[in-house]
Amino acid sequence: MKALKYILAGILFGIVMTKSEAISWFRIQEMFRFQGFHMYGIIGTAVAIGVVAVALIKKFKLSDVDGNLIQFPDKAKTWARYIIGGTIFGIGWALTGACPGPMFVNFGYGYLVFIVVIIAAIFGTYTYGAVMKKLP
Amino acid sequence: MIEFLSQPWPWYTSGAVIAFIMLLLFYFGKTFGFSSNFRTLCAMAGGGKQSALFDFNWRDQIWNLLFLAGSIIGGYISSVFLSGNDAVAISEATINDLAVLGIGAPEGLQPAELFSWNALLSVQGWIALVGGGFLVGFGSRYAGGCTSGHAITGLSTLQLPSFVAVIGFFIGGLFTTHVLFPIIF
Repeated sequence: MKALKYILAGILFGIVMTKSEAISWFRIQEMFRFQGFHMYGIIGTAVAIGVVAVALIKKFKLSDVDGNLIQFPDKAKTWARYIIGGTIFGIGWALTGACPGPMFVNFGYGYLVFIVVIIAAIFGTYTYGAVMKKLP
Repeated sequence: MIEFLSQPWPWYTSGAVIAFIMLLLFYFGKTFGFSSNFRTLCAMAGGGKQSALFDFNWRDQIWNLLFLAGSIIGGYISSVFLSGNDAVAISEATINDLAVLGIGAPEGLQPAELFSWNALLSVQGWIALVGGGFLVGFGSRYAGGCTSGHAITGLSTLQLPSFVAVIGFFIGGLFTTHVLFPIIF
């Protein structure tokens, strides 16, 4: 049961990403060309609900399933990595039309060639780990 | 019911479900962040000897790998049981722009020109699939997160670093779309 809840959450994620067409390269292109509202609507709705829900979690000091207070630790304010790393990520996102989650959802959907994208991404993360000390 | 679910879901339903998943993971005592799995896989492969980034107890991240496994199953279920076989209904303007690049109008979820094994026989295919995948893996860890960790969770928790990362996502995506694509396609 402990394991199952994460698998079920993942299944829901896979279904919503597919049925919202957020795993589609076409939708990502439409987004980066500002020619459709669809992707902005998805992310905007998620964030709007998220902001309100997180504010309520903080206000009422809600706890998780284990009874621990749900906290939101601040991310380190080292700006170079966010803007440079984010830009590198964005180039890859537009090329593949998939961020990390959708790569796996696409593979499950039957676009098996995504295994190549996934292996390349693992190799990319591995390379970052090898060179990170030399980066700003 | 199945027919209803098989239609493409509207953006507001999808956004609400994604927010629900983020909140569910908070309730489980975890944080929604998919790209962390790449780091975990590197750690499992013994990357800890190469870099401190991979030197951690990856067993604490098994929950996220289960989530990953679920996402593959979710894609499969959508394809087999919930598929409306609809061509993605992108705007006419996008279809026209992509036609200029030699990419046909949608017939399914993905352009066959890019997401087939044959694509690996072309330079464009290698740039998009191998190059793009590499940059997503490299950039997500450099930036400390991807769309789920920064754009969804980070913005929901009002983290300025995540807002900066999302600006980066768009700088990169706009550059690729408007500068790189006309060159490589």
